[in-house]
Amino acid sequence: MAYVAVKGGERAITNAHRWLAEDRRGDVAIPEIETDQIREQLSLSVDRVMSEGSCYDRDLAALAVKQAGGDLPEAIFLMRAYRTTLPRFGASLPVETGQMAVRRRISAAFKDIPGGQVLGPTFDYTHRLLDFTLAANGETPLEGALEAEEPQAYPMATIASVFAHEDLLEPDARTEDAPAPFDLTREPMAFPAGRDQRLQALARGDEGFLLSLAYSSQRGWGSTHPLCAEIRLGEVAVEFVPDELGFAIEIGDLTLTECQMISTYGGGIDTAPQFTRGYGLTFGHCERKAMSMAIVDRALRDAAAGEASAPCQDEEFVLYHSDNVEASGFVQHLKLPHYVDFQADLQLIRRQRREYAERAAAMKEAAE
Amino acid sequence: MVVKPVVEAAQERRRWLSILAKAQPGEVLSAWEDLEARPEYRALRSPEIGMVLVRGRMGGTGDAFNLGEMTVTRAAVRLDSGETGIGYAAGRDRKHAEIAAAVDAMMQSADLRPAVEGAVIAKLARTQDERRSTSARKAAATKVDFFTMVRTRSPG
Repeated sequence: MAYVAVKGGERAITNAHRWLAEDRRGDVAIPEIETDQIREQLSLSVDRVMSEGSCYDRDLAALAVKQAGGDLPEAIFLMRAYRTTLPRFGASLPVETGQMAVRRRISAAFKDIPGGQVLGPTFDYTHRLLDFTLAANGETPLEGALEAEEPQAYPMATIASVFAHEDLLEPDARTEDAPAPFDLTREPMAFPAGRDQRLQALARGDEGFLLSLAYSSQRGWGSTHPLCAEIRLGEVAVEFVPDELGFAIEIGDLTLTECQMISTYGGGIDTAPQFTRGYGLTFGHCERKAMSMAIVDRALRDAAAGEASAPCQDEEFVLYHSDNVEASGFVQHLKLPHYVDFQADLQLIRRQRREYAERAAAMKEAAE
Repeated sequence: MVVKPVVEAAQERRRWLSILAKAQPGEVLSAWEDLEARPEYRALRSPEIGMVLVRGRMGGTGDAFNLGEMTVTRAAVRLDSGETGIGYAAGRDRKHAEIAAAVDAMMQSADLRPAVEGAVIAKLARTQDERRSTSARKAAATKVDFFTMVRTRSPG
C-alpha cells in the first residue's frame, strides 16, 4: 500500500490568505498602521521579536509585527525565516556591557551601588490603571522626560566589580585562546551543554516558557533563591573586524538589557562560601526575559554540579523546549492533514472493539 | 618622521568609521548632500546586506557566547583620485554604507579631507554626543535620592 496523494485545496488556500490579509487590515475606515508607528510606539513588541527572532533590526521586526497582525510568536518566526536568506559577514567582538551608555540601572540587592539606582523608563511603580487619556483621539503625551543638569556618568560600575576585591562574587572565567563559542544556528543541540550553548539557547528562548520556569524555581521547584544584583538597560557599541581592514571598527549601537542574579553558595572543601551568579542578556528592552534567563541560567548550573531535581534544572528539558519557533511548529503541525494516521487508528480501534466484544460475549456465555 | 605611525592612523580611521556607522542613515545622507562638491567614485563592492553574529560575554565579563545576529550593510568604493574607502553600518540602508565608504576614502586624501572632516565627521559626532548627553540627562533625572529619617535630640 502506497501513499494516496491528496491534492486540491489550492483555491481554498489562496482565498483563505486573501481573507487573512483583509482581516489584518481590519476596518478600512480606520487609517492603516505604518511600520514606523509600530517601531516607535510598540517598541517593546519590536524588542521581543528581535530578541527571540535572534536578529537585531528594528525596522524588520516592526514589519514582522505588522505582517503577523500582532501575533508575536508568528512575527518571531518571520524574523527567523528572513535571517536565513542573508549571508553572514562574520562574528563581532564580544560586546562590553560594562561600557554601556546606561539609561536604566538598578540593584535590588545592594542599595548603595556606586552610580546609584537609576530607574530609567520603567513600568515599575506605575499603578496599572488604564489611562483613558491615551484612548482619546489625538491626545498626545503630556510632557517629555525631565533632563537633569548633570548627565549620568558612564561607564557605571558593575555589581561584580564592586565586590571584586573581597572575592565575594564568583568571577567570570576568561580563557586564553578560547575556541569559538558554540553556535546553535550551525550545530545541533548537544548534551551536556556548555554554558555558551545554554546562554545562546536561552537568549533565543520563549519569554513565557522561561518566565514560568524561573517562577517554578522561585516557588521551590529547584533550589535557586536568587537576588537581583543588577539590571541594566542602555546602548552598547558592537565592534567587528572587517577582513579588509584587520582592525576593529564599531558598526553600530545596540540597545541591550542585562541581568545579574546572585544566590548564596555555602562553599565546599576547596571553595570558600560565595555568591554564585546567573546571567541574562537580550536585544532591546526585555527585562522580564533577561531576569527569567538569569534565574534559569543559574538553575541549570546545578545540573552541571549534578544536583538537578526540578524541571528548571534539567538542561535537556529546558533547552529542547525553550524555542518557540520549534515548539509552535511541532504543536501546530497537528493542523496539517493526518488523514492516513487517522485511518490507521480507526482500523486499529475498530478491530480492538470487535475483539473486546467477542471476549465479553465469550465471558458471558461461560458465566451462564 | 612625517608619516604617521601605522597604529595611530588606524586609530584615527577607526574613529571616523565608527562615527559614520553609528549615525542615522538620514543624517549621513543630508550631510553628504550638503557638501559643496562630491568626488566621482566607483563601487569596488556594491552595497551588500548581510548579518554579523553578535557575541556577548558569559556573566558580563567572561568568555564569549553567541547572543544573536544583527543586520549590517557594507560597501567599498574607489575615488577617481585613487583612494579606496569602506563603509559598514548596522541596518539595511545601502546608501548609508556607500556614503560612509566614499567619506572614508575622502578622509584618506589630503586634498579632500578638509571638505568632509568638519562638515560630515565632526557634524555627525556632535549629533551623536548630543543624543547621548540627552539620554544621560534623562537617566540622571530618574536617579533615586534615598533619605534617612534622622532622629534629632533637642538641644539642652
